Amino acid sequence: MGDWKTVTMPEPLPVLDLSNYGPTSVISSLVQTLPPLSQNSYNLVSAFCTDENIGQCITYINQEISSLGFPPISSDTRGNNDLNLVSVLNVIYELLQLHKKGLRTMEDMETEQLKSSSDMDHLQNSHSKLKEQLELCRRENKSFQERERQVHLKNKSLQNSLKNEKEEVQKLQNVIASRASQYNHDMKRKEREFGKLKERLNQILIDKKDKKMAIEILNYVGRPDGKRSVWKTGKTEARNEEEMYKVLLGDYEHRLKDLMIENAELKKVLQQMKKEMMTILHPQKHGFKEKKEESIDPVASDDEEEPGENSKEYGLDLSCELAREKLTNSIRQQWRMLKNHVEKLDNQAALMQMDVQNECNVVSREIHEEEVDKLKLEIQQCKDFIKTQQQLWQQQVNSPCDEETSSLLQDCYLLEEKERLKEEWKLFDEQRKNFERERKNFTEAAIRLGHERRAFEEDRASWLKHQFLNMTPFIDRKRPQTSKHPCAFSASTEPEVRNLHSSPQTMKSVVTNIPTPKSQSSLKMPSTPDLYQTLCLIPNKSSPEIQPKRSSLQDPNVRMYSGELSTPRPRHSLNSDNYFIYCVSRDENTLK
Amino acid sequence: MNFSEVFKHSNQLCRISPNGKYLATCVQYRLVIRDFDTLQILQLYTCLDQIQFVEWSSDSSFILCAMFKRGLVQVWSMEQPDWHCKIDEGSAGLVAARWSPDGRHILNTTEFHLRITVWSLCTKSVSYIKYPKACHQGIDFTKDGRYLALAERRDCKDYISIFVCSDWQLLRHFETETQDLTGIEWSPNGCVLAVWDTCLEYKVLFYSLDGRLLSIFSAYEWCLGVKSIMWSPSSQFLAVGSYDEKVRMLNHITWKQITELDHPSTISNPKIVFYREVERRPVISNDDLSAHHSLTTGSSLFSTQSKYEVSSLPAQVPVIKPDPDRPNPKIGISAMAFSSNSRYLVTKNDNMPNNVWIWDVQKLKLFVVLEHVAAVRCFQWDPCHPRLALCTGNNKVYMWSPSGCACVQVPIAGHFQVLSLSWHTSGQSLILLSKDQLCVCYLENKDS
Repeated sequence: MGDWKTVTMPEPLPVLDLSNYGPTSVISSLVQTLPPLSQNSYNLVSAFCTDENIGQCITYINQEISSLGFPPISSDTRGNNDLNLVSVLNVIYELLQLHKKGLRTMEDMETEQLKSSSDMDHLQNSHSKLKEQLELCRRENKSFQERERQVHLKNKSLQNSLKNEKEEVQKLQNVIASRASQYNHDMKRKEREFGKLKERLNQILIDKKDKKMAIEILNYVGRPDGKRSVWKTGKTEARNEEEMYKVLLGDYEHRLKDLMIENAELKKVLQQMKKEMMTILHPQKHGFKEKKEESIDPVASDDEEEPGENSKEYGLDLSCELAREKLTNSIRQQWRMLKNHVEKLDNQAALMQMDVQNECNVVSREIHEEEVDKLKLEIQQCKDFIKTQQQLWQQQVNSPCDEETSSLLQDCYLLEEKERLKEEWKLFDEQRKNFERERKNFTEAAIRLGHERRAFEEDRASWLKHQFLNMTPFIDRKRPQTSKHPCAFSASTEPEVRNLHSSPQTMKSVVTNIPTPKSQSSLKMPSTPDLYQTLCLIPNKSSPEIQPKRSSLQDPNVRMYSGELSTPRPRHSLNSDNYFIYCVSRDENTLK
Repeated sequence: MNFSEVFKHSNQLCRISPNGKYLATCVQYRLVIRDFDTLQILQLYTCLDQIQFVEWSSDSSFILCAMFKRGLVQVWSMEQPDWHCKIDEGSAGLVAARWSPDGRHILNTTEFHLRITVWSLCTKSVSYIKYPKACHQGIDFTKDGRYLALAERRDCKDYISIFVCSDWQLLRHFETETQDLTGIEWSPNGCVLAVWDTCLEYKVLFYSLDGRLLSIFSAYEWCLGVKSIMWSPSSQFLAVGSYDEKVRMLNHITWKQITELDHPSTISNPKIVFYREVERRPVISNDDLSAHHSLTTGSSLFSTQSKYEVSSLPAQVPVIKPDPDRPNPKIGISAMAFSSNSRYLVTKNDNMPNNVWIWDVQKLKLFVVLEHVAAVRCFQWDPCHPRLALCTGNNKVYMWSPSGCACVQVPIAGHFQVLSLSWHTSGQSLILLSKDQLCVCYLENKDS
């Protein structure tokens, strides 16, 4: 179609060819062809309209036009062909319009045609392409199918061959088995034949009375054990059996012993392990429980210990099932506990590790706590200090403000008060010190008084004694003893006394003073209750740390006294001696 | 270490008497008895033919010489040099001869294992034992010499007979559950008999002295099985070496396996000491070529020196691939030995012929591996100390003890290749045998 169009389009269309435009578009094509006709008519006037046939032309055109629905161009009223110019022009105009319209539509149509044709082309192309693809796919599909078929075939063949192989293997196995059985059979047969031959050979050898087979020996030697060989009898057989069983029994006994030893050792190890476990577990357990429930604990732990003890005893003595079970059970239980404990420790250790890293060298807890307390105190002080500083600072800064001044003033008062209190405190302290000094003086005085009284008592006692001795018949004997007496005491008492009066401040003076009266003081014992009383007046203000020290020092001295006591006692049968010696010891006690 | 002079011998026939006093060597048809301490010849006996086998009696007062070709056994006495005894097996032939433990009977095995003849030196009595089985180790006496176990074959079945050695009375006779019994061995305490089957089947059976089957052990099936068996001196363990290159230790209470000792080709455990023999050819400088020097070092000039070096781990053990088409393939544990104190076990794997493996029996772990330049020919523990001597067919003796190891060159001129060795009962000297020579190697006393 395109080809055809391209040929026709450029050429001016001849009128007669109009019919070629297809039956449907006869009118439009006529309309279309008219304008070029009119144009051409200028040149081809002769062809259509001449002077001669003007009327005919007019009528023809008129007819044509009217058939086309235009108003007639000529008034046909008179049969003359008068051209109605107006109508002609109108018709022409309309025709022109129509023509133009037609042209336009034609153009549109052409473009449309072009478009559609290109579309068509495109579609055709795509169509063909798709067709090709389809074809390709089909081909591929075919090939795949083919391949699949081949694979199937192969598979089948392989399966077949596998089956064959299997059969073959089976066959071969059967063959092997049969061969093996055959071989075994043959072997047996051969062996049997061999045996028979051997037998035969043996028989022949025996029958032949082989002369060659012999032993040539110079003389028979004795048996290594020196015994003669014995006849083979039933007895020997029985003895052999017996011996064999003896050997076996011996072996079993030996083995049993070994096992027993091993068992015992293992048991020992078990026991030891158990004991160690208990020792490991119990202190820990106590500590652990004490924290929780101090009152209930001891009973519970005792209860737990008991079965363990029992089983231990059993285990050592017997190895009966029950004891063993008990032992193993208790061990298992303890082992579980130990395990738990170890796990707990592990956890703790994991937690502690950081702390440990911080303080590598271990500090005892008390020191640590003390340190912490100190530091806390310091922190508190520092905080206070900072607070006061802040307050002061604020006071300075906010001095203009009224309310703040009041508060500041208040603070000032407080501070002042503090100062005053401090001063008062100091005063008070001084007073206290004075008091203490006075008290000391007083005690010293009291002691001195006591000594003096003692001296006096002594004097009195000696006097009384003198008197008494003068009355008794032992005068001559007593003399040397009295001289001995004080020195024995002085040796022992002097250090003693020093210790007694070792109250730190006054010690020196007392020590220098006392030794001389000491010998007397021991004689002045009846007055001790008084002294005691006086001493009791001294308030227990003396620092408590010193007391234990003294007591510790004193104890051995007391013992020393008693040691001294034992020697002089047989010498004097006198009660009075014993008496004052006792008093001395009591005196020490009271002095505490 | 001191070495004696060299003596001749033939057929590797050289035995020290059980009491350690005498050394018997055979030179062709002559039997030479020497005093071991002085090596002076005490006696010289002449046999009727070339001697093929020599054995001392247990009390060292007799020695037997077997001449299998002639079917003859000759016995000589140490105490009475004039005394002589000749046993002729006649047409029955002779393939093996051995002393009974009492030293007064000789057990001769005839050809084709037709029978065993028991000859007495005390009486005229002769006894026969029929149907002995021809196998690797078919006859075994207990250590105390009281009983004899003998493998028999009748009607294609294996039997074991136990005899009382004092009067050769049959004590027990029982059938064994074996296909084709290969060997039997008494435990050192003489109460348990280990029996193993043919190599085609891994099967070890334990029989009590009274013939009860105690246990059967089988590690695997369908492969070549047991190759060697060895009791520990304490009878506590039985080591079973097999073709799968493993040693399995069985205990004496349950007869079950305690452990499996593998012989890996790569040793990587750092606890194992790997000694490797390193050869060094002597560097000969111009000075050494002087006549004087070459005279003194003449023998060692052409030989290589070697020493053990501790190899860094992991180390590779050279492995020989056995030929699968040949029977008795060279693979698996062919030789094992416990040290005298049962503390160590030495093994040799046939496809690693240059190596010797020493195991710690206490820990049941590999302890030391020794690797040599040549294949190990023979090894033997010192009967008194944990000390191992071995040879590889060259002119060196190798010694190992827990404290270390050493290789010593035998300072003998000429060609002295140590093919085998054997310890003296005192553990203080060692006999080294080359193809036709022997020398005694004296070890320094530890005390001196």
